[in-house]
Amino acid sequence: MAKPRAAVFSMTSCEGCSLAILECENELLDVLEHVEFVEWREAMSEKTTEPIDIVFVDGSVSTHHDIKYIKRIRERARMLVPIGACAVNGSVNALKNRYGMNEAKEIVYGEAGAQFDTIPVRPIRAVVPVEFEIPGCPMNSEEFLRIVRDLLLGKKPRLPNYPVCVECKRKENVCVFEKGMFCMGPVARAGCGADCPSYGGWCEACRGFVDNPNEQAHWEVLQERGLTPEEVMQRFDIFCAWEIEDRRARAQQEKKE
Amino acid sequence: MADRKISIFVEEVCRVEGHGNIVLNATDGKIEELRLEITESPRLFEAFMLGRRWDEATHIACRICGICSIAHSTASVLAIEDAFGIEPSEQTIALRKIAYHGEMIQSHVLHFYYLAAPDFLGVPSVIPLIQSHPEEVKRALRLKRLGNDLCKLIVGRHIHPCAYLPKCMPKLPDPAAMEALHTRCLDARRDLDAAVALFSTLKLPDFDRPTECLASWDPDEYGMYRAVKIKSSNGDMTDTREYKTKIREFVVPHSHAKHAETENGAYMVGALARFKINYDQLHPKAKEVAQALGLTTDCTNPYAITVAQVVETVHSLEETIKYLEWCLGRELEWEDWDVKPRAGRGVGITEAPRGLLIHDYTFDDGGKLTNVNCIIPTNQNLNNIEHDFHALVPQIIERPDDEIRLLLEMLVRAYDPCISCATHMLKVEIKR
Ligand code: SF4
Ligand code: SF4
Ligand code: SF4
Repeated sequence: MAKPRAAVFSMTSCEGCSLAILECENELLDVLEHVEFVEWREAMSEKTTEPIDIVFVDGSVSTHHDIKYIKRIRERARMLVPIGACAVNGSVNALKNRYGMNEAKEIVYGEAGAQFDTIPVRPIRAVVPVEFEIPGCPMNSEEFLRIVRDLLLGKKPRLPNYPVCVECKRKENVCVFEKGMFCMGPVARAGCGADCPSYGGWCEACRGFVDNPNEQAHWEVLQERGLTPEEVMQRFDIFCAWEIEDRRARAQQEKKE
Repeated sequence: MADRKISIFVEEVCRVEGHGNIVLNATDGKIEELRLEITESPRLFEAFMLGRRWDEATHIACRICGICSIAHSTASVLAIEDAFGIEPSEQTIALRKIAYHGEMIQSHVLHFYYLAAPDFLGVPSVIPLIQSHPEEVKRALRLKRLGNDLCKLIVGRHIHPCAYLPKCMPKLPDPAAMEALHTRCLDARRDLDAAVALFSTLKLPDFDRPTECLASWDPDEYGMYRAVKIKSSNGDMTDTREYKTKIREFVVPHSHAKHAETENGAYMVGALARFKINYDQLHPKAKEVAQALGLTTDCTNPYAITVAQVVETVHSLEETIKYLEWCLGRELEWEDWDVKPRAGRGVGITEAPRGLLIHDYTFDDGGKLTNVNCIIPTNQNLNNIEHDFHALVPQIIERPDDEIRLLLEMLVRAYDPCISCATHMLKVEIKR
């Protein structure tokens, strides 16, 4: 059997997630025995015009150019797999949607703004259909390897649908609220092994929310602990601004129907 | 060569981080157009950091860049500490430096082995090297993994640390894990010796162009983790808070990334700049390696940046060993995390692997950001790269297109540009 052909592309991102593929150092040589990378601008000069079996893309859609780019990639890809928060829910990039586009340009570029192309940030699935999404900022390399293995075997991969707190308690971490930190663990989707609280910090929900987060309850907890409503909103927004807006828009849509 | 028309357009230069195009049009040896276009989408960090609490700044700002997120985190906590008047303990600094040098090692190894070496060995990427140079590839993987694991030990992850906070480390590393990494660092010396042997056989393209260099300077060590002042290769010193008196950023139409200049014009930052400015404080082992590789402080060939990275990797490895031994030689003490915000401005300057990195924050009394400015290494180098282009192309214009193209691409890659960083697009001035 010929090796499946894989490629990696980047859009608006820090490219940390394509880098995270290189982070699989120990397994990288094994992976290379099973898949053939045919295009990966960050790492290689080779290019291809043939169809590609599995394409990984990091980054959000944030310009007209990005829209064309991802549509072209979709045409060439048998399976399209967005990797990382930027590609999956807009990540910190989507914070700019909180400003009007003209306002954002003005703050950042002043009068030179006119020359730049910028549109509201969207994840890839808001523009083209995708086969599976790998969350996280950055994505977790082990989870990546597991999901790729499943996809190549034709299995449907799964992501946990319970909050980070579950993993955190399993690790017997001291809850960081006790240290005066503000944590998003109760509403954030697990799967990272509660990485941030395990290293003494707080969760920012970089993997997005669980399917039905108890937002109201968590909102109240954060306020009780001392954040103002505006600050609570900013916390929720860091990685999930797009997700929150999208959910709101869909709820409104349902109401209308 | 009569009527020779050269038209080179390298779309999305490979093996650099981020999207950039090289444009060269020339007729009969006369350059009509020559530039490096930055097409990466702007990400507007400054706009959305404003109005946020101080404890969100570091983890948002580090998302500017996946390769040097520890450097961004370092600049960010240094800025916050400067603003709030916090002096971290010797222990905190020692722990941070282990992660800091870990990132330096991983980034330099990624660049010189994976991204630059294929050019010198005449292959399109590291992938064919798995067949032709298996030992080298394994060595590269081992060194890179060591860098990552050092970051992981201290801050959980190399791409976007799990917890990198002002004042103190929120978790102390496990002594057994430190011990194991210490052993691996000692073993890595051999791998680095082999890397040096490989690089001593590679021949750099001939090219020289003197330019001003800037780097962090610290009276007590080779300027990296924290700048006490900014030092120029012409000897000038600038106070960290006064960086704007030395560095001016401006917008050019063909680039989504700002360019920068000093009063003397374009300048260089990064491994070669640091080497030239702070050579005296380099670790003796790194000095030996520089000698073996023929790198001297009067070098004006930008292709030698890659060589300076090899030298610095030796320095960073020795520093890591030193700080690991410092930590292993005592019982690490738990420190409470109690940060009291106050109004004011703070500037944090460090060296990212690619050069001088500045974070400048202003807070109100509630600890909310009212002003943010970041100056990124790649922005500073872009102007210098274009000046190199204009000096280099007339010297090579008689050569075949493919060769010109390769030399230009190699030049861009030598600077190891990080274009995602460069298009974080903070506040700009307009050049008229
Ligand atoms: S998800 Fe995070 S790590 Fe991945 S590309 Fe986006 S900003 Fe970088
Ligand atoms: S630290 Fe965060 S994730 Fe862990 S238990 Fe507390 S709230 Fe949950
Ligand atoms: S703990 Fe939260 S912020 Fe950290 S990796 Fe997991 S989901 Fe992301």
